Amino acid sequence: MPKFEPVLLANIGKPDSYTLKVYEAGGGYGALRKVLAEMTPVALIDFIKSSNLRGRGGAGFPTGLKWSFLPKDHPGPIYMCINADESEPGTFNNRLLMEDDPHQVIEGTILSCFATRATTAYIYLRYEYPTSLERLQSAIDECYAAGYLGKNILGSDFSLDIYLHRGAAAYICGEETGLIESLEGKRAWPRIKPPFPAVEGVFRKPTVVNNIETVSCVTQIVNRGVEWFKSIGVPSDPKNPRDPGSYGPKLYCISGHVNTPGCYEAPLGITCRELIEEYGGGVWKGRKGKAAIPGGISMGLLTEAEFDTPLDFAGPGRVGCLGLGTAAVVVMDETTSMIDFLHNSCRFFAHESCGQCTPCREGTAWSLSMMDRIKAGKGRLKDLELLLEIGDSIGIMPGTTICGLADGAAWPIKNAIRKFRGEFEEYIKRTNPTGYQVTDAVSALPILALH
Amino acid sequence: MATAERILTDEMVAAIKAYFPRYPTLQAVTLPALHIVNERLRMVPLQAVVEIAELLNLAPAEVQDTLSFYGFFKQDAPHGEHRAWVCRSVSCALRGGDEVLEHVCHAAGVSPGGTTPDGKLTVEFAECLGACEFAPCILVGKRVVKNVTKESAEALVKELRGSAGSNGHT
Repeated sequence: MPKFEPVLLANIGKPDSYTLKVYEAGGGYGALRKVLAEMTPVALIDFIKSSNLRGRGGAGFPTGLKWSFLPKDHPGPIYMCINADESEPGTFNNRLLMEDDPHQVIEGTILSCFATRATTAYIYLRYEYPTSLERLQSAIDECYAAGYLGKNILGSDFSLDIYLHRGAAAYICGEETGLIESLEGKRAWPRIKPPFPAVEGVFRKPTVVNNIETVSCVTQIVNRGVEWFKSIGVPSDPKNPRDPGSYGPKLYCISGHVNTPGCYEAPLGITCRELIEEYGGGVWKGRKGKAAIPGGISMGLLTEAEFDTPLDFAGPGRVGCLGLGTAAVVVMDETTSMIDFLHNSCRFFAHESCGQCTPCREGTAWSLSMMDRIKAGKGRLKDLELLLEIGDSIGIMPGTTICGLADGAAWPIKNAIRKFRGEFEEYIKRTNPTGYQVTDAVSALPILALH
Repeated sequence: MATAERILTDEMVAAIKAYFPRYPTLQAVTLPALHIVNERLRMVPLQAVVEIAELLNLAPAEVQDTLSFYGFFKQDAPHGEHRAWVCRSVSCALRGGDEVLEHVCHAAGVSPGGTTPDGKLTVEFAECLGACEFAPCILVGKRVVKNVTKESAEALVKELRGSAGSNGHT
């Protein structure tokens, strides 16, 4: 069994782990007391900067650096938004923290607000997490009663209010500027950056958006120190002075075709294969693995031959994936059809594209129509080229969309077709023996009407 | 045209106004207000949109614009006493999520988004419910129904149709 002693998950499994009493009994709010007694906001920013903590929500941006982008000496208010929209298929680590250790999250939020001089924090919580809502709200209520929130926290001159803000089941609200727009009461259409939220965010004020696991890491770094944090994970590449490395523990979710799906804490850099074998209990039913999503569906696919890829911030990118993402691994066994996988992925993104940028709105919808057609036995080899053309042309990277949702839609298309091309071609030829070579424009309407 | 009867009760208005101090703008209360109405009426009819807009000092079109962005708030008819969200995203799909949705729909006699004629149950598909370790799963109210099978899906539909929902908060 795994040797790594959990830190972020240390409380999980204790009876009443979500109560203030249990959290305090384990030393909870010690980090807050320490910071209020010993540190200035600037010192805390420098401290977190020196840990090289990178955001756990998906993009992996260095947290201390993000905080330092806030304007100096701003008269305020400065806002903190905690991104609890999760939503990336395969991902549930934030839910676990919020349900079973909400005080670790709240303490990290308070610390992050102290560092950034934010006096109001909004936790943007996805609709699908009613138990998180309940547990976080009761944790917040306990904090007000105990003097950890409100005016003059623990007798200091630092004051903070935290409010929960509930979403309404839209994936795009996890994009930080989509979240901001949604919080303001508008449709969650992401904003063009710059201006970055640190300069002009929610309510047109400087804003930091941090993920639930990220702020939980802040709590632990204050508790245990920078050296502890940097003793775990993968060091910076000495040949690349701009590489912040992949330090610290990480919550990995593993689901799909494994024996023991769950959320497990391991050092950044564990390989996909180690995660499957040591934590996931191996591929189910005695089967072999065929592919795995390395970090939420947006990140694309690893083939079985790529399972030794380390799941740190740089690893998945080296084998053509988009990145580490949310570190949510979804395993597919040897019986899985990649056509079914890609159809599922295209259906998700077509449903969740916010519709603002035409290349994404149309690209995701047409990729689903083509996958519908292929799945229904009416595919043509040319469709694979058309799908790849969509995959290569939608997203921030090719420069056609405002946010990264489209890159996330594109990656599964590109990885699935380029890494499993033979399977796609074989399926199309087998299911459409008389039409697979057709290259004429398809008269879309009659065919689509079949579905 | 006759003036439409007011839909927002005093209780709803008070619940909405309780959110005002949380935000520097009234528009930010849009989503909380929509949830407050939806929890009580299981829908947010257009007349409620007009009244929310009035409370928040917005044009009704601004509230309607936000409401219609989320496929979450029904406007033509209330959803059922229970609203079951059946996950169809990848982790659930790999363990039979699409089939579970079919079983639930078949047992309830509705298509996704539909409500049983007795008004007890609305079946919805969901994108990732974030409970992938329990795939395939269904969210009903605060309850996550885990590792759903054809049999447990059918039993769930039977149970929900035989029991009263506490309110629209599902």
